[in-house]
Amino acid sequence: MVPLPYYLLLSGILFACGVIGFLIKRNIITIFMSIELMLNGVNLSFVAFAAQWHQFSGQVFVFFVMVVAAAEAAVGLAIIIAVYRTRETLNVDQVNLLKL
Amino acid sequence: MTPNLHLWLIPILPLVGAALNGFFGRRFSRQTVSAIALTFCGASFVMALWVAIQFSSLTLPHYELLAHWIRYGDFMVNFEFYLDQLTLVMLLVVTGVGSLIHVYSVGYMWEEGGYYRFFSYLNLFMFFMLTLVLSGNYLQMFIGWEGVGLASYLLIGFYFTRDSAASAGKKAFIVNRIGDFGFLIAMFLMIKHFGSLNFAEVFSKVAEYPVETAGIGVLTSIALLLMLGACGKSAQIPLYVWLPDAMEGPTPVSALIHAATMVTAGVYMVARSHVIFNHAPTALTVVAIIGTLTALFAATIGIAQTDIKKVLAYSTVSQLGYMFMAAGVAAYSAGIFHLMTHAFFKGLLFLAAGSVIHAVGGEQDMRRMGGLWKYIPWTFWTMTVATFAIAGFPPLAGFFSKDEILWQAFSSEHGSWVYWLIGVITAFITSFYMFRLWFMTFFGEYRGAEASAHAHDAHAHDSHGHDAHGAHGHGEPHESPMMMVVPLAILAVLSFIGGWIGIGGRFEHFLAPVMSSREVSVAAETASHSTETLLMGISILAAVSGFGLAWLLYYRNRDLPQKIAESLGGLYRTVAHKYYIDEIYAALFVKPLVEGSTDILWHGIDQGVIDAAVNDSASGARHLSDGARHMQSGNLRSYAGWVAAGGAVVIAYMIWMGVTR
Repeated sequence: MVPLPYYLLLSGILFACGVIGFLIKRNIITIFMSIELMLNGVNLSFVAFAAQWHQFSGQVFVFFVMVVAAAEAAVGLAIIIAVYRTRETLNVDQVNLLKL
Repeated sequence: MTPNLHLWLIPILPLVGAALNGFFGRRFSRQTVSAIALTFCGASFVMALWVAIQFSSLTLPHYELLAHWIRYGDFMVNFEFYLDQLTLVMLLVVTGVGSLIHVYSVGYMWEEGGYYRFFSYLNLFMFFMLTLVLSGNYLQMFIGWEGVGLASYLLIGFYFTRDSAASAGKKAFIVNRIGDFGFLIAMFLMIKHFGSLNFAEVFSKVAEYPVETAGIGVLTSIALLLMLGACGKSAQIPLYVWLPDAMEGPTPVSALIHAATMVTAGVYMVARSHVIFNHAPTALTVVAIIGTLTALFAATIGIAQTDIKKVLAYSTVSQLGYMFMAAGVAAYSAGIFHLMTHAFFKGLLFLAAGSVIHAVGGEQDMRRMGGLWKYIPWTFWTMTVATFAIAGFPPLAGFFSKDEILWQAFSSEHGSWVYWLIGVITAFITSFYMFRLWFMTFFGEYRGAEASAHAHDAHAHDSHGHDAHGAHGHGEPHESPMMMVVPLAILAVLSFIGGWIGIGGRFEHFLAPVMSSREVSVAAETASHSTETLLMGISILAAVSGFGLAWLLYYRNRDLPQKIAESLGGLYRTVAHKYYIDEIYAALFVKPLVEGSTDILWHGIDQGVIDAAVNDSASGARHLSDGARHMQSGNLRSYAGWVAAGGAVVIAYMIWMGVTR
């Protein structure tokens, strides 16, 4: 059996990749995928702990996260399409109408 | 079982009239407005008469409780009404003269704007004055006291578009406030020491105190503070300055409020509180001195005035001085007697003066009148009665009351020949300036037409008053309408016969139960009967010589006054400028107050501290947020960066906490 720290390390790496991608990428779709990456990093740590402590609540929680992620993907992609239709770009640096 | 007279109706009736006219008068016709005002005021008078008819069957003092007002521990104030002989006299004078002046006002104000407003205020005044007179305790009296001040303020400033009228109203109000301060403190002292404000309770407590012959004890303090209040309301030195300015109001107002009723409230209050004053001889002396000085001082100013209403105003101040002189020698009945006759003849003088002003188209300067007797005979004859009455010619009203005061000032145990002497000199001056007014207004040739030909020549007083009658144009002088003449005639009759009820001390015996603490000793009076006759002769002589001097200077030899004025030079100018009292007050009190308020309180504290604190904290917050707003760049990735940085800080903190634990 793979020990817990390995899972946690992988989870942390995945999450960090998501954060970094979120911060440095300009394309909205890439940013969106980074968010999914962060969510899955967290999911991994949930299931890892659930297996370690033989508790099902962690696994149940993952399902919730997945449901939320699916809903978010639906809404988010719709927004992206709307943004593209109005602005004709997917570069977040150009979507800055809220600037002061 | 004493009957319930429903005394509360007497003041409430005019209040209803005031409310009707005040709230709905704008939509009423002039006829309706006058009908309402006269009905409710007249109803009060009828009720007062009804009370007077039943008076002999009452057990006095008659007391009626309307409602409880304040209850705090043992201390209690009620809405209560108190009726005794003194109240009855005041009640009849106020409602009677008040009703007559209401009738007169209908004629006088007919052409004026704000007609309903005028009558609403007038009725409101009646309400407060009757509250003052009928009250059974000091606090309720104070309501009336403040209320008449309010009505006075509103009516002085009736022509509020004119700056001088507006500031005269303010002056009256503020000067009265100084007096009211004294009244308030006196009430606080009463609550502290007697635990009550009810007349009967206070006076019975006071009666237990010994007479304060030396030093300033509780009673003397209360009496002096009450006197301060009376000085404000009744225009005595040092607070008389507002009354001459109050002539900016319409003339019926001057007659009702500033001659016949409101200004006598101070005298009434002192007479009502006579138990306190009798226990404080020091305060009594102060009252007498203030009264005597005011009488003389105001009379001398009256000599040099050229505005007909100003002469009467100073005359009022002077006559009020007489009343206080009487009160100061503990001859309260004589003071109230003079109050009553003064209400008749001074009310009449003002109304007649109003009729004169009406006749000559708003002119108030006597130098532009003259020869009016043939144009306005009714006004002339009524004014003649009043002039002779105030000058103290027997058998007119003023003679009896003034003579009574002078006799009491001489013979009373608190009196002295000094008061008497100044009183007689004042009587002479009074007679002189009143006949000066009379001759200047009614005799010689009419100078109005000639003066308006080369208008605005050397007349220093041109900027005054004019009562907005100026719009009438300047035709032939004309007699006033019947609505104005009838009240004049009635008051003339009263000024003629009003003094007769005092013959043989009948008036004093009527008031004696109220003034019980010092019964007029009839025996002493009869003993010195010859002295009294002598003094009476001297005061008649003073009146006649005043007439003679005025005749000489203002009828016979009309160039002489000018020459005398020129030869007196500075002295004349000082008197004509009212001894520069207004200027002195302005320099001593008003200017430091205004400048202190402007420089220290306004610019220093209000703008420098309070406003600065608010403004600086606001602009500080603005500068702070000005820096913070740059965080909101609109750049999504910078937001994400902030979130990530925040998350990193939280995680670092938690790790650090985990390590140190």
